[in-house]
Parts: sequence; structure tokens; C-alpha cells
Amino acid sequence: MYTLKFDANLCKICPTCDCLVLCQYMDLDIDKAKEEIMKISEGEDSFVLQDCVTCYGCEEYCKRGNHPFYLITERRQQKGILTSPRAITKQWINIGEPRGKYRLGEIKEKILSFGFMPEFLQLVKGRLFDDVMPSYVFGQEFFCNVVYIHFANTSIIKERLPMVIDNFKKLGVQEVVCMHDECFGSFASLAPAYGIEVPFKSIHYFEYLYNRLERLGDEIRPLNIKVAYQRPCSSRLSPDKHHFVADIMKLIGVDLVERRYQGENALCCGGIFGMAFGYELANDVQKRNIDDMVDSGAEYCVFNCPACQSTLAAKVTKKGIKPIHIIDLCRMAIGEK
Amino acid sequence: MSDITLSLAKIVGENYVSSGEEELYFYARDPGLMPAHKPDYVIMPKTAEEVQKIVRLAGKEKIPLVPMGAGMALTGLIIPLKGGIIVDMKRMNKILEVNEKARYVIVEGGTSHGLLKSYLEKNYPRLRHSIPDSPATATIAANVMIHGQGRLTQQYGFNSDMVTGLEVVLPSGEICKIGSCSISPDWFSKGAPLPDLSGLFLGWFGSTGIITKVALKLYPRKRMRDVEIFITDREDLIPDIIYEITHTEMVEDINIFAQPLPMIFKDNHHITIFLTGDTDEELEFKRKMIWDALDGFIKSKDGGFMSVPPVMKPTLLDMPQKSVCRFADVKKGGGFEYSGPIILVEKYPECSRKLMELASKYDLAYSAMARIIGRGHCMMFGFSFTFNRADPDMMERVRKALHEVSEYALSAGGVFWKPTVDEQRMAIERMDPNTRNLMKMIKNNLDPNGIMNPGNWEVN
Repeated sequence: MYTLKFDANLCKICPTCDCLVLCQYMDLDIDKAKEEIMKISEGEDSFVLQDCVTCYGCEEYCKRGNHPFYLITERRQQKGILTSPRAITKQWINIGEPRGKYRLGEIKEKILSFGFMPEFLQLVKGRLFDDVMPSYVFGQEFFCNVVYIHFANTSIIKERLPMVIDNFKKLGVQEVVCMHDECFGSFASLAPAYGIEVPFKSIHYFEYLYNRLERLGDEIRPLNIKVAYQRPCSSRLSPDKHHFVADIMKLIGVDLVERRYQGENALCCGGIFGMAFGYELANDVQKRNIDDMVDSGAEYCVFNCPACQSTLAAKVTKKGIKPIHIIDLCRMAIGEK
Repeated sequence: MSDITLSLAKIVGENYVSSGEEELYFYARDPGLMPAHKPDYVIMPKTAEEVQKIVRLAGKEKIPLVPMGAGMALTGLIIPLKGGIIVDMKRMNKILEVNEKARYVIVEGGTSHGLLKSYLEKNYPRLRHSIPDSPATATIAANVMIHGQGRLTQQYGFNSDMVTGLEVVLPSGEICKIGSCSISPDWFSKGAPLPDLSGLFLGWFGSTGIITKVALKLYPRKRMRDVEIFITDREDLIPDIIYEITHTEMVEDINIFAQPLPMIFKDNHHITIFLTGDTDEELEFKRKMIWDALDGFIKSKDGGFMSVPPVMKPTLLDMPQKSVCRFADVKKGGGFEYSGPIILVEKYPECSRKLMELASKYDLAYSAMARIIGRGHCMMFGFSFTFNRADPDMMERVRKALHEVSEYALSAGGVFWKPTVDEQRMAIERMDPNTRNLMKMIKNNLDPNGIMNPGNWEVN
């Protein structure tokens, strides 16, 4: 069985304990943060195991690559601490179960992975994807399963992720462009953290989009609009790719507005919060987030994750902000929308 | 043409009566599992006076009469068990009056729910009625006759509770008005403050008369509707959850479903909660009240609100919902039948376990679907099975499973809803003898020749 590579000594000598100090949903000073993370690493009880809302933020705050959130998740599962109601957890695990109903495009060495997000079957079109499409995969067989860290369930990931990776391997692909952060994070962050071998190169779709836009440079017409970016939880698993948001916006002439809740300070869309913790937390986070978008003068809310878009689109629209996926925004810039 | 056909043709015109094999074939059956039986004649009257003449002719000739709406009950209530005349009411489909301020509508006896819905949406956008989840062609009169339920049942009870007046052709041929309309031009009450005579007809499946007009309560139609789904893996908690939701008085309708496929629905019970509002603020206030009411279940991890993506909402908010039609074809071959006893909500766990036991015993695809009636006073629990009509063995297994459901439902304190004739017999046998005698007196007095939908509620 795969085990998490976690070095408690790194925490012991950590001068900042940013993993918990920077947490937006719990209030810990540096001493308390160190005490609690050490308790967690040693398998002791900690209120953090009860109170963590699974925003994934600590994976980004820890600059030592020590995977505090994966550790919290491991400990929760070991202790039987549920994050979400059992029914919700079961539902999500059932949804991801391979059923032999996957879809394959014309597979080449380089493919796009839609994971198990049907939205990409509609979103991915046009010249941005000319050089890869119709080489794609979609379905539970190619679903990374990393979302189950929200549900304190790493065992299902350890069971399914190697099979998913093997499915890619069987296709003989060399490069996988991951259309979702969780997919990319599974190959670039979680798999290495558990010693799971990834026999292909994974590419974040932001990087892919950026390179495509550069090549299509002559066709770009600056959009001259103000946008707020809704950063998804799973982008915390690959914070080194976050800069592409600003890079892409610059390339297509979009003003990425300065907000209180941006970058490391970004707020969750609240979708998982509602399911797991109820109305109060979800509503509070969504209200603060959307009010911040309004205050910053954003005309559009740009989404990276279709699930975030599904959760927030109607709510931002009611506040006069247009919801749009980043792929559609890029297509607008090259005159396709 | 036979003498009877000619006589019937004189009443409604040649185009609206038939004893042709094609018509007799189709009118011999409903979409459920009950065996077919051909009528001798099919007739489509246009007016109450025509119905009156048909009834008088049938009485004179001692020919059975079976009134029919759209024939959607699935339990064989319009199958002419003793032949005779099917009186298809669909030509009597006029909306006669809407009293906007008193919120009621008067319709003819063959008017469909779909027609009324679209009429109200176009002409009275602030009014609505309690539309059932049967196909839109289901008729209002037949629906109240079987004590149907609809979107407003959680708030206002059975659809038959919403009736405010009836016009009925009695087996003797008289046209009789029931309710305030018997002494007033206004159809605002089916009984009170008079003796409520509507019970002589509602629930009798046409065995005491033919409804030619129905008045029905209408209700405020809010500008917005939304839906939330609360899920739990513990069926034993459903009654408590329903109690908390209904206590808020914030909900339009509550349905519960549980089924093994697709995978998103496996292992859980889904409480679909519909809410309405005229403004975002009203809707959000109600939503918060409901979420707060169930917060204890969320905190204990016993249940939670699932994510309902925008793409799923139109299907859920559709009225009537078409999901039943999709379920009916799970096994291909388009077969679907359910037994839906009316039973206490506290029996949900037991009903749910029984359904799974029977599905396993008879190797059948199943779905549990419950509709809360009147703030949780009771519920309709649907034991639903889908089957392939080209597979006689599967159909027989469904029949056996449904028979066991019937026995179980009675033993659990339930009362059959739109019962088959077999279930009617079981109910009559179990009924208090004095009640049975009262029914017998009513039936014998109203229909001494026993020509009205014979086979149904045969207390004798």
C-alpha cells in the first residue's frame, strides 16, 4: 500500500508554520500551529482534524513541500473523522466508480484529459485545441479521484489512482494535458507524495492555453474588460501554475482586478462547504467572495473549475457579474465567441 | 351497426361512437399490468346532456358503463371488466370559469391537467393548480376521482381535498350539483357549510356516477421556484427529517426517492424539496430556514444537501416531471407499475426495506418514490418496478412482487391508493363491517342495476 511521504522534522524546525498560521478558516498563532501540526504528525488528536474545512490551502502555504493537508486527510481517515455527511461521501465515491462507459477520441501521443467533467466535452473546441483534438479521454476510468481528499478518504485514491494512471499508460500516451487542476495535481503533487509512479508527462492546461495563445498571437484582439478570477481549491495542489492566470490575462488584454481574496488569500467557491458543513459557512464565504468581486469593479468572473462555475454562476450573475470559463474567455479573445 | 351503436350514434353523432376492433383493442387496456378486457362500445360525449342520455340508455339496456379520462391510473380502473360502454370524456375539455379573486376554476370532466396548466400560465400567471406527475394528458376529474396528488399536496393535501364543487350524472341519469353550486352560482366549496356529498363520488372510480364538471381550488403562483436535495444513507432518519422540514412551513412540495441506478443515487435516500418565492430574498429566506432546520443532521454527518448542478434543475423543476417515463424504460420495453399505498411517514424505513427485499427476491429493477401529503400527515409510498413488456416472465415477477406489496401495505397500516380490483376486495374484507355496510347502502341506492364501472368497489 502506498504511504504518504511526510517529514515531521521539517515541521519541527519550520520557522513559520504557515500551513496553519495562514489558514483562513482557523485562527492559530505560530506556537499553537506548531503544537497542533506536531500532534497531527505524531498521530495524536488535534482540533484541527475536526475544524479543517478542506480548502486545500495549507498545501500551498507550506513552502517545504511537506503536504500538511494530505497528512490531515490521512489522520482523519485513520481516526474515522468524517468531513462530510456519510451520504455525500458515498455519493461522490459512487459517482467516480469505473463503469466501462469512458469515451476516447483519436488517441495520439499527446492527449487532453477531461477527467470525469462532462463540461469539457462542450468547452473544448476551436482553434485553441486544434493541435491536439480530437485526441482526448473522458470518463471515470480517467478520473483522478483526488477530490476524495475533501472527504477524508485517501484509501479510495490509493486504490483507484494507480488504475487510472495505468489506463493512461495502456493508451501509450506520452503527454497528458490536464483540463482540471485536480487531475494535474494528482499527477504532479499527490502521486509523487505517495510514491505512485506517473509514466507520462502531465501538463497543466493553463500552460497549454498560454502557449497556444502565444502561437495565435496575431489573432488576439485585446478584450479590455475587467475580470475577477475564482481560484479553485485544487489549484492549491499546483501553486507554481497559478501565475499563468495573470500571464494569460495579460496576453488577451484583460484587466485582472486587484482583490482582497486573491492568490494565497483566495476563497473557496463554497460548493463543498455547503455539502459538508451546511448553510452558514458556505453562505458566509460566498457572500464575502462575491462582494469582493463587486467591490473590485469586475465585469466578469473567470472560472477555472467547472464545479466552481456551477456553484457560483447564478450567484455572481445576480450581482451583475458575467460568469465565464477561462477557455471561453480565451476563445473570445481570438474572435471565436 | 347494432341497435345500441345506432342509439349511441344518435346521441353523439356517428364520428364519436365505435364498436370497431381497433378501438376496442386499445380501450381494452391501460399501460399497467392488469389483463385486458374489451368493451363493446366506445363513445365520446361532448356535453353533460349527452352523458345523461348515454347513462339513461345504459340503465335501460343494463349495459355496463366505464367513465374514462386519460386512462393513466395503471391499476386497471378503466378496463371494462364486464364489457359495456367506455365513456371517453376527453371531448369535454372546456375551462368554463376562473374566479381569480376566489382562486378557483370550473372545468369540464375531460379537461386535462396540461390544458389547465397552460391556460393559467397564459391567462392567470399568478394562479396555479396542483399538477400531478402523471403525463400532462391526465384529466382533472379522473385525478380527483382517484384521490390523486400533485405539486401542492404537501401544503394542501390530496388533490381531491382541493375540489370546490362537482357536477355529476347519477346512475339514474339525473344531473346533480354537489357543494355550494347546488344553491349558489358560486363554486367555492364542495361541502361546508352544507353536508359534504362529494364523498359519494370521490374515490369511487365512477361506480356511483360520472363527473361532468369539477371546480378546483387554485393557489398563488410565485415567480420563482427552486429545488434542493437532502440526502441520507439512514432510512430510519427520514421521518424525523420530514418532520423538521414540514415544521418550517417553507416548502412547496416534498418528494423522496431511492434507487440503485444511476450510480449518483446508489446507497442513499433523496429528499427533494421544492421551494418558491416572488423575490430572491423570499427564496433565500426559505432556503435558509430549511437548511437551518436540518443543520443537526449535517453536523452529525447523518445527511447533507447534495450539489444540484444547474443542468439537473430543469428536469427536477419540470411540471409534470418526466423522470417516471425514463424510469419506465430502464429495462427497455417500456413497462412500469407501482403500488402506492397511503401510509404514515414513520413507516418509510419499513417500506423501503420491504421494497429492496422484494426487488431482490424477484430480481427486479426498482425505485422507491414517496410524496409527502399535508405537512406529513401521511405519504404515498410508491413501490415501483420497471419491466420489459416483451418479457412475460419479468411481468409475472412484477405481478407477484406487487401482490406481496399489497399484503404488506395492509399489514403495515396502509390504505391502498387507486387500488386494483383485487386490492379493493382485500380492502373491503378488512374494512370495519359497519363502514362496509354503509358503502353497500350507498352503492345499492345510487346504482341498483350495478352498471357503473362494475367490478370496482363491489361491496356486494
